[in-house]
Amino acid sequence: MLVGGEQPRFREESFSMHELAVTESIASICLRHAEQNQASRIIKVNIKLGELTGIVDHYVSFYWDMVTKDTVAEGAELNFIKIPIRASCPHCKKEFEVKEYDLTCPECGKGDGELVSGREFLVESMEIE
Amino acid sequence: MDIEVLEGVFDANEKIAAENREIFAKHKVFAVNLMASPGAGKTSLIEGTITGLGGRLRIGVIEGDIASSVDSQRLKVHGIQVVQINTGGACHLDANMIRQALEHLDLSTLDLLIIENVGNLVCPAEFKLGEGLRAMILSVAEGHDKPLKYPLMFSDSQVLIVNKTDLLGLSDFDMEDLRATVKRMNPGITIFELSCRTGEGLESWTNWLYDQATA
Repeated sequence: MLVGGEQPRFREESFSMHELAVTESIASICLRHAEQNQASRIIKVNIKLGELTGIVDHYVSFYWDMVTKDTVAEGAELNFIKIPIRASCPHCKKEFEVKEYDLTCPECGKGDGELVSGREFLVESMEIE
Repeated sequence: MDIEVLEGVFDANEKIAAENREIFAKHKVFAVNLMASPGAGKTSLIEGTITGLGGRLRIGVIEGDIASSVDSQRLKVHGIQVVQINTGGACHLDANMIRQALEHLDLSTLDLLIIENVGNLVCPAEFKLGEGLRAMILSVAEGHDKPLKYPLMFSDSQVLIVNKTDLLGLSDFDMEDLRATVKRMNPGITIFELSCRTGEGLESWTNWLYDQATA
């Protein structure tokens, strides 16, 4: 990354795709927890992924092998648990699944539903040995 | 053995974003994260905003581009503080890049900081920077069907500026359709229609922005 003047300053956290940046972030979380638990190998990583996030799990899996090479996470399976977009109506309190990103309440027709889920992106758990 | 982790993938970025937010608050600087696809008119809107505010606010700009300093050179003629970030390929700005750029700005002499994100309707929406306002531009030339294709940015922005309204009538762009779709996705969003080229509609935007920045 170049900032300010003419001196190029490269940062190892900069990546060319946001999936690569988030894959690095997932790996760093997993490796830290693996170390804390003295794991010799990570077998499986369970990741909660809301459907409103712009993350494409296929790309994350693609970068995962590259990012985790020669670490205890190498070869670990990534299990994505997709979380549907749900909203709640502040008027009639109905909770509903959001279709086509439309927050309009299917019960009372008011348009200002509030998101309940769909923005999740977290490492939920891991299987280690 | 199964272990519980429960850690957000964006937590590290959001921690730095929260620190940036504190820095802005301490210096009473209103920060705007301006996002749009390439060519939608981000730099033109910044120029129009500088002119429209006419010195009512002291403005600084952080320019995010994959490469080059074309945009920052363009803005420097306005006599404002400009910092260029070249992401070296990265498709978005993140909170840590903003933190580094802040070292090159004198925040004590600013009221408004406009952060021009990398031209992209996808990735910048995922990374909070510590901004007080998330703004996006859609230009008439891009078409009114973009909200459902790039839902996160339209769902998450607080203001949508529809630029290049001077091109309305030259394409099939349907403003009512766009407004209805965006409001269904994001009922709280504020929408402005303007043309940076002709200046039409710019005043409503700059007056609104002034009110937001000084609230």
